[in-house]
Amino acid sequence: MSIWEYANPVKFMKTSSWALPWVSVATVISLAVGLIWGFFFTTEAMNFGSTVKVLFVHVPSAMMAINIWVMMLVTSLIWLIRRHHVSALAAKAAAPIGAVMTIIALVTGAVWGQPMWGTWWEWDPRLTSFLILFLFYLGYMALWGAIENPDTAADLTGVLCLVGSVFALLSRYAVKFWNQGLHQDSTILKVGEKDPLDPSYYIPLVICIVGFVLLFVTLLLLRTRTEIRLRRLKALEQRERMA
Amino acid sequence: MIALLLRDLRLAVRAGGGFGLGLAFFLIVVTLVPFGVGPEGQILGRIAPGILWLGALLACLLSLDRIFALDFEDGSLDLLATAPVPLEGVVTIKALAHWITTGLPLVVAAPVFGLLMHLESTAYFWMILALALGTPALSVLGTFGAALTVGLKRGGLLLSLLVLPLYVPTLIFGAELVRRGAQNMDTNVPLLMLAGITAAVIAVVPFASAAAIRVNLR
Repeated sequence: MSIWEYANPVKFMKTSSWALPWVSVATVISLAVGLIWGFFFTTEAMNFGSTVKVLFVHVPSAMMAINIWVMMLVTSLIWLIRRHHVSALAAKAAAPIGAVMTIIALVTGAVWGQPMWGTWWEWDPRLTSFLILFLFYLGYMALWGAIENPDTAADLTGVLCLVGSVFALLSRYAVKFWNQGLHQDSTILKVGEKDPLDPSYYIPLVICIVGFVLLFVTLLLLRTRTEIRLRRLKALEQRERMA
Repeated sequence: MIALLLRDLRLAVRAGGGFGLGLAFFLIVVTLVPFGVGPEGQILGRIAPGILWLGALLACLLSLDRIFALDFEDGSLDLLATAPVPLEGVVTIKALAHWITTGLPLVVAAPVFGLLMHLESTAYFWMILALALGTPALSVLGTFGAALTVGLKRGGLLLSLLVLPLYVPTLIFGAELVRRGAQNMDTNVPLLMLAGITAAVIAVVPFASAAAIRVNLR
């Protein structure tokens, strides 16, 4: 019993078809509990009013946006080294989910920023590096779409993912440097600093994060299964044409 | 490898392959910017480093898709891949040829364009230094994008989508270096970062480009 068993598409399909309903139900439950708790049963923060509740969508989606890229990096590496097709297809399936998570994080951030900062968009390091991450997702998906041969596409997007990871990280720190240089006295919000995050927010937030992770797993399993079926369909079509 | 470099340079100069075109494009960008933002020297001087860098970026991007595409079509890329020279070396030489035909003219012509853009007099030295240090990274990263899209029929637009995000760190530190130089501020950090990024890119990215070409030639 090892993890590499799931590199076998048949085994993957079998296990995922068993797991999918459970994960879906867990997703719905945790998201429902976390979001309803977060939106309706937490007090309004002193300086932020009801806008603080954006937190319960914004933070999990932002976390997932980064984590999904890391997951794509790992699966791309597995594909490039061990050439398991399921791995490459999982990376392909994850990219649009990651892009959507990035959009959710950016949009909820803008919705929060309008009343709080008085602006929809600020060239803050965090915001800017997320925009750049979104561009990387776009480029990755566009490269998948542009190449016809699936193995070539998997190889090239894998290499792009590796190089992109390095540069996404590099941009993250470069952007930090750039903004400090541009306007020192800007009102930079430090989301990462959880100074006095009230315990009453903490539990629903954790539940929401779990919910988003589960949501990603559900969507990923679904999309990977679709990709595998698509690949099978193409193989069948090809066999028919040959016969 | 030197023969390959000379061949690429000759092709670029004689076959109308972009030599000087990048410079002309740069000139057009610099000419159009004052129409867009107004002719006041003060504003132009302030945005000049950014505009010059963006112009360099776009001029570099213009000629990228030709790096491998022509060789791929007439089959000489297959020959180069099977040649005794390692493919990583070939890629590096290609990037060098690309830099000599697009990056180097920009570096040389930068003072003239700086003059047109009312660049502050303290910034000229830093502008040239930043371009000289930064543009090699642009060329090497460009060959990576070109290697990814070499098999595609219409890869031009995709190429820019893939390559431009990779230019972000170079652009940030390059423009920052010029801006700080213009205001007589400490230039050490952006200078070292810019040079470091370029050195790392030259050292590492050719391996990725060569891997991509091997996949595309398979």
